[in-house]
Amino acid sequence: MSVYLLRRLIQAALVMLAMSIIVFVGVYAIGDPVEILISPDADQAERARAIAALGLDKPLWQQYFSFLGAALQGDLGRSFVFNEPALKLIGQRAPATLELAFGATIMAVIVGLPLGLYAGLRPKSFGAQAIMTGSILGFSLPTFWVGLMLIMVFAVQLGWLPSTGRGETVEILGMRWSFLTWDGLAHMAMPALNLALFKISLVIRLTRAGVRETMLMDYVKFARAKGLSPTRVIGVHVFKNILIPVVTVVGLELGSTIAFSVVTESVFAWPGMGKLIIDSINVLDRPVIVAYLMSIVLMFIIINLVVDLLYSVLDPRVRLESK
Amino acid sequence: MKKFASAAVKAALSAFVLAGAVPAAAQTLNLAVGAPVTSLDPHYHALSPNYAVADMLFDSLTAFDAQARVEPRLALSWKPVAEDVWEFKLRPNVTFHNGNAFTAEDVAFTIARVPTVPNSPSSYGIYTRAIQRVEVVDPLTVRFHTNGAYPLLPVDLGQIEMLDSETHANPATEDFNSGKLAIGTGPFRMVSYRSGDRIEYVRNDGYFGARPHWQRVNYRMITNDAARTAALLSGDVDFIDQVPTSDIAKLRGDSRVQLSEADGLRLIFLALGHSHETNAPYITDNDGKPLGRNPLRDVRVRRALSMAVDRQAIADRVMEGASLPSTQLLPPTAYGALPDRQVGRADPDGARRLLAEAGYPQGFRIQLNGPNDRYMNDARIIQAIGQMWTRIGVRTGVEGQPWATFVARAGRQEFSAMLVGWGTSSGEPTSPLRSLLATVNPQRGWGGSNRGRYSNPAMDAKLAEALQTLDDNKREALLREATTIAMDDVGIIPIHIQKNIWAMRRGLRHEARADELTRAQDVSPAQ
Repeated sequence: MSVYLLRRLIQAALVMLAMSIIVFVGVYAIGDPVEILISPDADQAERARAIAALGLDKPLWQQYFSFLGAALQGDLGRSFVFNEPALKLIGQRAPATLELAFGATIMAVIVGLPLGLYAGLRPKSFGAQAIMTGSILGFSLPTFWVGLMLIMVFAVQLGWLPSTGRGETVEILGMRWSFLTWDGLAHMAMPALNLALFKISLVIRLTRAGVRETMLMDYVKFARAKGLSPTRVIGVHVFKNILIPVVTVVGLELGSTIAFSVVTESVFAWPGMGKLIIDSINVLDRPVIVAYLMSIVLMFIIINLVVDLLYSVLDPRVRLESK
Repeated sequence: MKKFASAAVKAALSAFVLAGAVPAAAQTLNLAVGAPVTSLDPHYHALSPNYAVADMLFDSLTAFDAQARVEPRLALSWKPVAEDVWEFKLRPNVTFHNGNAFTAEDVAFTIARVPTVPNSPSSYGIYTRAIQRVEVVDPLTVRFHTNGAYPLLPVDLGQIEMLDSETHANPATEDFNSGKLAIGTGPFRMVSYRSGDRIEYVRNDGYFGARPHWQRVNYRMITNDAARTAALLSGDVDFIDQVPTSDIAKLRGDSRVQLSEADGLRLIFLALGHSHETNAPYITDNDGKPLGRNPLRDVRVRRALSMAVDRQAIADRVMEGASLPSTQLLPPTAYGALPDRQVGRADPDGARRLLAEAGYPQGFRIQLNGPNDRYMNDARIIQAIGQMWTRIGVRTGVEGQPWATFVARAGRQEFSAMLVGWGTSSGEPTSPLRSLLATVNPQRGWGGSNRGRYSNPAMDAKLAEALQTLDDNKREALLREATTIAMDDVGIIPIHIQKNIWAMRRGLRHEARADELTRAQDVSPAQ
């Protein structure tokens, strides 16, 4: 077990190192942050001063190694744009994104699992057909368009929900959370639904396929023959077995929602990490890009680890070993 | 469940309280801007969204009115007392939000701080550089010693927000963002700032100037155009800026909202590459072979390219009326602008004749480059111009790309024709003349954004003379001469000047500003 964890951690460090090199070279290839950030009125002397102030006058390898040296001490640099530590900026934005991503994932599981179960148990019924058709829409409609439509219908036409932004927040552990206030939940409803649509469809399809396959298994027939109630057969024996693929996919989806909910965050003006990263890429704010992508790599590796651990809980046959 | 119920009760209660407190709500302004603010430190990053936000908290010695003319603010009057000395008289009885008095010492302190802000990606030091020494004569009189005559000092000082020498003794940018040091003399005080989301203000009741109407202001940042318009239509915000041109017609027809607009100071123009004598990039003959000498160095070709552009059509069709066609640097009413210069109609036949005269009867091929995420409808403007040029025989390929990549390549002179914009926040023509058209000269600090490397010694001479002339009328005449020389020589091809458009719920009034700033003190209920 500990060897397994150690290997995963070394893996993580290597991926993060590679990521930082890619970002350094990538930003260098795209352009010069100073050209973008500097006031157009600035003359040549001011340009030279700004380049030196941001440390961009040194050769790239030198910039990289001084970054690496500081990174080993936990300092991933200061944002060129905000003049605050990159990690602090990400930390400030993280709660907004996390609550949105978890909200969407919880919605996906709560809505998707029962619907998928129903569609799998009664595949021929009208309800099942309707669910499956609806899930195609959930897959195929672009998030951007759905987001704007949600705003047009629920905020502009009906006036039920606030159109954009984050609601009232409560401070817990030094971070601002909005899911604990009524106003915050109202603001969260539309963006979370927008993010959840795709996931709901995914969970429905996975559950339905799993149920249909499992229902034909011998152990299910045996359980029925033994006289167990249908609730127990489905709720315990079938359910446990279909959960493994669902957990894998939901885990990975959670990760990608946290990392890349850029579109939804821009449409709903949600002040999360997705907006931070897209704004930072637009102005080539390298410290933030590097710090963000490195944290995301770390997060994915942790999520994968948790998913693996969950497997072994759900299915005792799965062993955590390195092959 | 219990928690849920108590939340519901709370919500019901707060709705009740809100309903009971209508006057308070009526004194709150919710506004949304399209450009993100990067810092509340007024000297960290010279960027106009930052300046707009700082201008609600702080004050500068001089300021710009809605038409971008210099007016008194913390200084009541100013005059040159010698060729190289300006004397400013300060407004008495001004206090900072924490009660400290504003005096000449604070001016000296601020001028010293501006160029030393650490890590600044774009320093306000460019506006204080001319000052060699600040002399505090008495608490309400201050003298600036400059290096030779420097007529632009009152204009430059309009950019510099004043800090308090005691409060801001050791200022870090983070302390402004956290609110600890966001203490100025301005019409509002800061309550909270959430990066990328919003800034909350309350009114400063002790303000020396006109008291703003709003007790509270929520200054939100909604960068997505469609979302910003939707926020206005749903009533979440009362006021938005940067109305996209595609929404103008719809909003004009909506009885719930109204628009305000002002001719801006942002010129959209084409810069042409002069630096390559032969084999200029992206220019070939009609068979795709190199053309030899660079046709853009011939004034007849430049004039033909300018004559071919139907500016009125671009304003009507592409910009939906949100621009002022122009063949000069500033709107005709601005200081130093050319009041009589006609825009004229597009003249493709005349353009073809000029091309033939210059030795290109069959035209040539060129690529027109531009950003696609920077200015209003930028990519569509270059497409339109590409077609207009092709009509006179200059077969034009068009390529739009993100600003981040575009600006790097433009700086390396990889383009021969490119669309760029220039915002003249000072409202007078030295800024575009010095940065865009003057011959590149790092010692003088000229030509900093002259990406086409245009050079005209006659224009340089007039500009140099203007920059030494303290008399406003004489200087204006010289600046007009310099502009005329550069425009007749087609140093750049101006296309239009953007209009700035805001939208608000009915019942509000807004003093639309030429310099694009969105500030809560400019909004009030209509009466």
